[in-house]
Amino acid sequence: MSELALAWSNVILILAVVFSFAALLSWIERRLLGVWQDRYGPNRVGPFGLLQIAADAIKLLSKEDWVPPFSEKALFVLAPVIIAVTTLLAFAVVPVAPGIGVVDLNIGLLFFLAMSSLGVYSIVLGGWASNNKYSLLGGFRAAAQMLSYEVFMGLSLMGVVMLAGSFNLRDIVAAQEDLWFCIPQILGFITFTVAGIAEARRLPFDLPEAENELVAGFHTEYSSMKFGLFFIGEYVGVILISAMMVTLFFGGWLGPLLPPLMWFLLKTFIVIGFFILLRASLPRPRYDQLMAYAWKVMLPLTLVNLLVTGAIVLAWKS
Amino acid sequence: MEFTFYLSGAIAVAATLMVITGLNAVHALLYLIVSLLAVAIVFYVLGAPFAAALEVIIYAGAIMVLFVFVMMMLNLGKAAAAREQDWLTPGIWAGPAVLASLLLAELGYIFAQGGTAAGAVAVTAKEVGIALFGPYLLGVELASLLLLAGLVGACHLGRHEDVHHGWDEDERHENG
Repeated sequence: MSELALAWSNVILILAVVFSFAALLSWIERRLLGVWQDRYGPNRVGPFGLLQIAADAIKLLSKEDWVPPFSEKALFVLAPVIIAVTTLLAFAVVPVAPGIGVVDLNIGLLFFLAMSSLGVYSIVLGGWASNNKYSLLGGFRAAAQMLSYEVFMGLSLMGVVMLAGSFNLRDIVAAQEDLWFCIPQILGFITFTVAGIAEARRLPFDLPEAENELVAGFHTEYSSMKFGLFFIGEYVGVILISAMMVTLFFGGWLGPLLPPLMWFLLKTFIVIGFFILLRASLPRPRYDQLMAYAWKVMLPLTLVNLLVTGAIVLAWKS
Repeated sequence: MEFTFYLSGAIAVAATLMVITGLNAVHALLYLIVSLLAVAIVFYVLGAPFAAALEVIIYAGAIMVLFVFVMMMLNLGKAAAAREQDWLTPGIWAGPAVLASLLLAELGYIFAQGGTAAGAVAVTAKEVGIALFGPYLLGVELASLLLLAGLVGACHLGRHEDVHHGWDEDERHENG
């Protein structure tokens, strides 16, 4: 009975932390962007502007929750739910620390990839159901972009799997006891980072919602908390990718002195900071550049990494 | 666990029926995605987690996205827009939503049970690999040759247009 209670408290705690941190991230991002752009950012509501999230939530909730009469209504409502469900489900396999985590799945890594590949439906269907040309264009872009970047996202992780000898994320963390995989798998790390940014649809890869050409892309027609769900979903996605990068390449919870949980949170936060810095510093590429980059640069790089890693592992073992 | 097997099997059958009887291509595709997810759960329950994961990643997550992409493209146009008026019944969407949430509940149940397989021995990724590159090597090689042929063909089709385009531009420069 106590075991069941422990499992449930794990689930609820992780959900609560992820959701509240995703909400907080919208404030952190704006403050950090402010620092990097030599201005203050939101600092009026509460201490340091911390209550800005509450103000935003009240604003979103009190706005008109509009479902356009020309849209595919049920699908229009369903689309933001899909992104929230798939990203939160993927958190089930994230090994936060020894004893903290929802499920210890043998195919944990594949489960994460599966959930991130299902997330694309939210964007594509949201764009299609809106029945608006800008939304549809955003949906198209999302489908092509996420499909292309998924191809080498999975492949870039196979080097890690070869070195760790397992798809289980806890085994992968344990295998980094001596050396974090970001060093032997530097190519895999770079390609996964690029794919991760594209999967989270963050700048410089936010072409599905490119606001200077597509109004707001796939969520043009969304308002109130349905927009809020896309918004939070994006931040949850950023946290997820950051947590996965920490797990796969930066030794997860491993580290000296501090307790494992602290190490995991600290590393994840640093990676999230890197994501925000990217947004502050990089311009958006053109769409054909984005696709060419995926297929002509990143995919060959991943394949080279795969071949070299395979050869070295084979030579090492024999 | 037997219960989850029969439930996801029933969902797969029902969803596939909806794929076949559905009038709207995009709706049918969404039912097909639900069906593939249900089949993935069947695989998982039968002790093939690796196959289940690949089913979701490759079929539900990649190939079906391409299908939806193409269908979205084809559905453009005035005639299609006029027809869409008849498809706006929310009842169509209640179906996949309910079925998918049932699958979700099942997934939660499996996790609550500790994520282990029901009956037979679990087939790990390693065993799948050994089988593929051991007794079934010839099949793998033949399939890869087929894929290579498709790849070369696609590359040729894509390249042709590029070369033509470049030549046109050269000519324009010469003339202008």
